[in-house]
Amino acid sequence: MKGRHADRFPNEPFRASAALRNASFAPGWILDKGFGIVAVAMGISVFVLAGLLGWELYRGAEKAISRYGMAFLTGSQWDPVAGRFGALPFLYGTFLSSAIALLLAFPLSVATALFLTELAPVWLRRPVLGLIDIMAAVPSVVWGLWAMFEMVPWLRQSAFPFLQKAFHWLPFFQGPIYGVSLLAGALVIAIMITPIITSLAIEILRSVPPTLREAAWALGATRWEVIQVAVLPYGRSALVGAGVLGLGRALGETMAVTMVIGNRPEILLSLFAPGYTLASVLVNEFAEATSEEHLSALFAIGLTLVAVTLIVNFFARLLIHNVPFFFSPRPLPLQPIETKQ
Amino acid sequence: MSPSPTPRAPQRKTRTDGFPKGMGDSPRYRMRKILDRLFQIVSALAAIVVISPLLLIFVFLLSSGGSSLTWDFLTQLPKPVGETGGGMANAVVGSCILVAVATAIGAPIGVLGGVCLCEYGGPRLRAAIRFTADVLNAVPSIIWGIVVYSWVVLRMKTFSGLAGGLALSFIMIPLILRTTEDVVRLVPPAYREAGLALGIRRSQVILHIVLATARRGVVTGVLLAAARVAGETAPLLFTAFGNRVWASRLDEPMAALPLQIFAYAISPYPDWHRQAWAGALVLLALVFLMNAVVRILSKGKTR
Repeated sequence: MKGRHADRFPNEPFRASAALRNASFAPGWILDKGFGIVAVAMGISVFVLAGLLGWELYRGAEKAISRYGMAFLTGSQWDPVAGRFGALPFLYGTFLSSAIALLLAFPLSVATALFLTELAPVWLRRPVLGLIDIMAAVPSVVWGLWAMFEMVPWLRQSAFPFLQKAFHWLPFFQGPIYGVSLLAGALVIAIMITPIITSLAIEILRSVPPTLREAAWALGATRWEVIQVAVLPYGRSALVGAGVLGLGRALGETMAVTMVIGNRPEILLSLFAPGYTLASVLVNEFAEATSEEHLSALFAIGLTLVAVTLIVNFFARLLIHNVPFFFSPRPLPLQPIETKQ
Repeated sequence: MSPSPTPRAPQRKTRTDGFPKGMGDSPRYRMRKILDRLFQIVSALAAIVVISPLLLIFVFLLSSGGSSLTWDFLTQLPKPVGETGGGMANAVVGSCILVAVATAIGAPIGVLGGVCLCEYGGPRLRAAIRFTADVLNAVPSIIWGIVVYSWVVLRMKTFSGLAGGLALSFIMIPLILRTTEDVVRLVPPAYREAGLALGIRRSQVILHIVLATARRGVVTGVLLAAARVAGETAPLLFTAFGNRVWASRLDEPMAALPLQIFAYAISPYPDWHRQAWAGALVLLALVFLMNAVVRILSKGKTR
């Protein structure tokens, strides 16, 4: 026992003696039971928290729900002055910016994770992992600040004109360039979800059994082929799950997006045009909502945001935790290696 | 089929890479090698691209915020609009107070909840708690802002530091609950059994053996959660609200560093922009300091 403890917790002396010493002062069973009840109550408090969340949002949104019903989600006009409230522009902005962000962030994250688990020299892995952890800890408002004063001017002066010149025939890259835009918001979101997806992906790749890799190596596969035939197929559904989890995060990103997306509730095809998201309309209008209808509509926006993120997260968890369920064995893409011509 | 008049000497290439003879001549093998090399380059480039925003943000904050980061900035109150100078002392202190309040509320609930997940309750209750905590962890932080607004602020009829701390603690609770569960689970069951066999009460076993063994991990989890909420802006917008003077009481609007940074960033005054950069530098330093403590704490643990 002593040996095992020392193995697992080299810095912790075994505490039974201390516990025994304190136990002589242990109060009666009432306190003991009381502790158990308090612990369970604290565990149950998450239900209370969830209930509070649902109830307060529903109560706030009741007026908007009874007035618009599901039409709230499909209404494309948001005009607090005229008293017209439809959430479609925000849903559009939220989903489009998050989808673009995921499109940018996911391949980069998986490639980085592969680099850090399979390819990079060992001395390089730890420092880079540390940097990615640090990146995940940078507060949203700090990213927003940087994006506002550094990224957006750069986008306006160099990146966007370049894109427009190259892809002027696509409707997504037409129209005037302001800098603040849906695309800028998507870029900030991409930067913010990349470290999250990367560290999830690293964990998934590390859980790939080494025997799979070794089998591929033994067949003479190159590094890329090992990843292609052994690593990626095994972790595929979990990696997709990590991406979807990143999408869930992206949908809820608030401050940084609000600072660069331009905040205009219109559905425009151009990615250079300002957009709006569910979270940023809450930031901008919640404190200033004067009419009861407006406030109620904003609560309904909050309810929509919660519903959207929860649905996305639910799917992510399904994908991540049911790896064997989603993993279907399929023929390996590797063909026999030629030994002679 | 006609035999050639002179027998050809076998062509022999000297190979130094240890691969079987003949492979190097195959275009397919060359293709595979090129693909492999390409993949290496692409993934290394991806890693560089992923890291670069972090380096850019450091350079930006140090170059533009560093010069505004003076002693006055850390010790003075914000000046009225139009006057240059002044600092964010109240916001720095306000942030610390808010995080302290949030930790005071969130840590006991989260830790005990995590203990409940390992020590009490049946498997169904545990699964339900775990699921709910995961769901709550996924809720965007601004939602907690509006929930606490309608629950507390509307009732108290004032924005307050207490409401802000409460909103932050709601974010912390499910986070701490899950991390506590993870570290408490690592404590071998034999320890508990040894304690119970000695006749120690269950609560004492949990407090003096289980939590004492997992102490470091629990503290790490709490600190990580605190570091996470220290940088949160969205839940404070409609709860703590911000304040340009000292808040002496918890039932008054309270300034917070992220709030002040946001307010200054979207303001039209260049002087305020400079202060926002300096504030971001301070906030980043605070968050990193907490993360560094976590790292030092968890260094000697288990591995």
